[in-house]
Amino acid sequence: MSKTFETDIVIIGAGPVGLFTVFEAGLIKLKCHLIDSLPIPGGQLAEIYPKKPIYDIPGFPEILAGDLVENLMEQIAPFKPAFTLGEKAEKLTKLDDGRWCVETNTGTKHIAPNVAVAGGLGVFTPRKPQIENINYYEDKGVDYMIKDPEKYRDQRVVISGGGDSALDWSIFLADVAKEVYLVHRRTGFRGALDSVEKVMKLAETGKIKLVTNAEVDELQGTEKLNKVGISIKGDDSKTFIDAEYFIPLFGLKPTLGPIGDWDLALEKDSIVVDTSDYSTNLEGVYAIGDINTYPGKLKLILCGFHEGTLMVQSAFKRIYPDKNLVLKYTTVNGVNGF
Amino acid sequence: MEDAVEIIVVDREGEEHTLEAPTDMNLSLMEVLRLYELPVKATCGGMAMCATCQVYIESEHELPEMGDAEQDMLDEAFFVDDDKSRLGCQIPIKPNLNGLRVTLAPAEEE
Repeated sequence: MSKTFETDIVIIGAGPVGLFTVFEAGLIKLKCHLIDSLPIPGGQLAEIYPKKPIYDIPGFPEILAGDLVENLMEQIAPFKPAFTLGEKAEKLTKLDDGRWCVETNTGTKHIAPNVAVAGGLGVFTPRKPQIENINYYEDKGVDYMIKDPEKYRDQRVVISGGGDSALDWSIFLADVAKEVYLVHRRTGFRGALDSVEKVMKLAETGKIKLVTNAEVDELQGTEKLNKVGISIKGDDSKTFIDAEYFIPLFGLKPTLGPIGDWDLALEKDSIVVDTSDYSTNLEGVYAIGDINTYPGKLKLILCGFHEGTLMVQSAFKRIYPDKNLVLKYTTVNGVNGF
Repeated sequence: MEDAVEIIVVDREGEEHTLEAPTDMNLSLMEVLRLYELPVKATCGGMAMCATCQVYIESEHELPEMGDAEQDMLDEAFFVDDDKSRLGCQIPIKPNLNGLRVTLAPAEEE
C-alpha cells in the first residue's frame, strides 16, 4: 500500500530554498513535507557543488555549499519537517475539498491546502550518452544507475564514464560480474585517487578490462543488448564487445520534468509568479527559488529565502482566512518548535 | 564601442550572429551568449560543471589554457571535439579575442 501524508505545505524540492521555507513556515506554526527526487536533501548544492564555497549568503563571508545544507537542516529541525526523498513528484491533482494532492512516481501521496514548488533547476536525471538507439535498450541491457548489483552476477558488463561512480562500480562489479569493461574517453580519470589506483591494479590482473581513449557509440542485439561497439581514438575500425549490460555513468543533469505538464503558466521553463506572494496561476500553488520567474528575477539563494518567507504568509492566510498574522521577531520570541 | 570585441557565433541552426562583447565587465563567453539570449542553458552557472555552454572554437585566437575542472568536464561531456571543444564559461572576454569565431555544440537530448 502506498502511503498518504497530510500537511500544511507540500514543498517540492529539498534544496536550500525549500529547506529554509520550513523554518519560516514553522515560525507561524505551519507544518511542511518536502519531496525530492534525490536521496539526500540539498538539491544542487548537494548534487552539483557540495565542496564549492558560496560567498553571498548574508552573514557568512564564505561557506561550503554542503555545510550550508547541513546548517539549514539543523535550523529547521525544531519544526520536524517530513521528507519523501528519492521519489519524483509526478502528479498534481485538485481534490474535491479544495486541497491539493502531490503524488510521486512510486505512488506516495501528499495532501495539503498549499503546494510550494521549489524545484530549482528541475529534477535530476541521468545524463544519457548520445547513442542513436540507446532508448530502445533501456530495460533491455542499458542501465543508467545500479540499483541491485546482483543483477550483474556472472554477466558481461560494459561501464563507461571517468568519475567516481564509474570507478567505484567497476571496482565493485569486478568481483560480481563475469567480465567488467571500463570505457573512458581519456587515459586519466577524475575520480578519487585511491579509486583510480584500485582500478589500475584490477586492470593489471585483468579483473577490469580498461579501454581508454575510447567511446561507446553503438549498441546491438535483437531482443536484448548483446554487443557494445567501441570506437578508439586514432583507430578507424570499431571494436565490438559481447556484453549483456551497458551502464553509462555520466552523472545527473536537471530537467524541468513532470512540473511542465501541471498547467502552470511557464516562461522559458520557469514558472510565472506574482511577486506579492509568489503565487502561480493555480490557487494555492506557489513557486519559489530558481524555478520561478518575474520581472527582475535573480537566481540567487538569498532571493529564494526571501520568496519562501513571503510565500508562507500567503499560505497561512489561505488556511486561516479569519486570523490576523503579526510578524514576530525571533530575537523577541526565540524559536518555538513543534 | 571602445571596450568591446566582436564575436561571431554560429548557432545550432547554422545561423551566424555577430555579438558585441564588452571587455571591461569581467564576462565569460558563456555570459555573453546568455546576454544575447542564445540557447545556452548554463545549468551550473559557470562552474565548469555541466558542459551546456560547450562551443567549438573555429578561429586561431589564443585562449587561456584549460584548467582541471574544464578538462574533467569535457571528459564526461558529449559531442566533444578534442581539437575545438571548450566551455564558454571558462573563456574570459579579453581584447585579444576580437573576431573570435565559435559554433555552439549540440544540446544534449532530454
